[in-house]
Amino acid sequence: MNVTITINGEPVSRDIEPRLLLVHFIRDTPGLTGTHWGCDTSNCGACVVLLDGSPVKSCTMLAAMAEGHEIRTVESLEVDDVLDPVQQGFHELHALQCGFCTPGMLMTARALLDENPNPTDHEIRTAISGGICRCTGYKNIVAAIRWAADHEATARQGVAG
Amino acid sequence: MQTPAAFDYERATSVDGVIASLQRLGPGARVIAGGHSLLPMMKLRLATPQHLIDINDLDELAYIREEADEIRIGALTRHVDLLKSDLLARRFPIFREAETVIADPVVRNRGTIGGSLCQADAAEDLSAVCSAVKASVVIRGAAGDRTVSMEEFHVGPYTTAVGEAELLTEVRIPVRSGCGTAHEKVERRAGDWAIAAASAAVWVDGGLIQDAGIALSAVGLTTIHLSRAEELLRGKAPSEELYAQAGEIASADCAPTADGRGPVDYKRHLAGVLTARALARAGARAQNKEASA
Repeated sequence: MNVTITINGEPVSRDIEPRLLLVHFIRDTPGLTGTHWGCDTSNCGACVVLLDGSPVKSCTMLAAMAEGHEIRTVESLEVDDVLDPVQQGFHELHALQCGFCTPGMLMTARALLDENPNPTDHEIRTAISGGICRCTGYKNIVAAIRWAADHEATARQGVAG
Repeated sequence: MQTPAAFDYERATSVDGVIASLQRLGPGARVIAGGHSLLPMMKLRLATPQHLIDINDLDELAYIREEADEIRIGALTRHVDLLKSDLLARRFPIFREAETVIADPVVRNRGTIGGSLCQADAAEDLSAVCSAVKASVVIRGAAGDRTVSMEEFHVGPYTTAVGEAELLTEVRIPVRSGCGTAHEKVERRAGDWAIAAASAAVWVDGGLIQDAGIALSAVGLTTIHLSRAEELLRGKAPSEELYAQAGEIASADCAPTADGRGPVDYKRHLAGVLTARALARAGARAQNKEASA
């Protein structure tokens, strides 16, 4: 079957088997390997992408189910050599070590801040509870998301002022 | 790499279309909604449907509304929407309590109430929640709609009253005055299945318990309906001692098996404690409502 999925604003068409999972479509076809393929059981969260703005686990969705929808991957975060504040926060506060969980964490964090620009630490922890980090631990990840929220709030004030 | 066996895929555009496809394709066809139970089973080849009918475009099945003294929830309503619904939280706070501990927020963006109920996994929370609040479900087939109670709905492990060429379309919960509800769950870590969970609803009128609904998750082959404990509560004044007695019945009437989440005696103990706690909180909410009415 032929499917067309909009990935980071670009329509991508391909003939696929219906059983192809969204994570493989994203990694194989446009070669966007930033989305990681981890546990394959919807537990680890490394494969999280945004489906129409909401984080979903792309290992537990068929590519065919994403036809007609907008997918955003980690590659969309950096624009014109400027990191997204969540990426910058991870950089500033050492929120990654091996980096395997990072794309899922970043996309989950981006969606959280889009919906709730000033989350509490508890809300941050709840939001990322579908992701597993096995090296840095969660403390720095929470701090990095907090950094991004504060940074964006300051930026908004700058615009308003 | 886990890959499902090959299948044909079609996207449904209407409920009648789903029924027609199911009739045409026969027992090899399965309906897919959020996919967070079916796809993992397909990857493990525990499920090998030849045809998948994707119902995610059926927006007419995604709603939570109150009408005719009932809360009506469309089968395609996602966990995140059950969690966020203020109407549901006001009428039946048990839903918000359960939803905060079902899987994780990313999974909750996809999973649906219809899918959860139809999977009929004994460890799943919403099946017990719906049992406790005395919900019924609407099942549509070629001959029209039929409504079945949760007790009739749960036929066996992973088995429901939904027959071939039928689709669960709606969950209905009767709204009766003086109702309090609560959900209690113990899990090993955030987002895990329950070691044990208890769902309770209590209806109080004139200082006495008029009716009660109690169901347990993860301590039997199916969702456990605690009808003996419900019977004990009816007509009695709410009290901690009464709820403790109901907890003892829960410990006795559940049927857990030992696994990585714990041995049998621990799970029985947990079922009893969680039942008493859920009843105490549900009862307090019911009494508050009665006092403010």
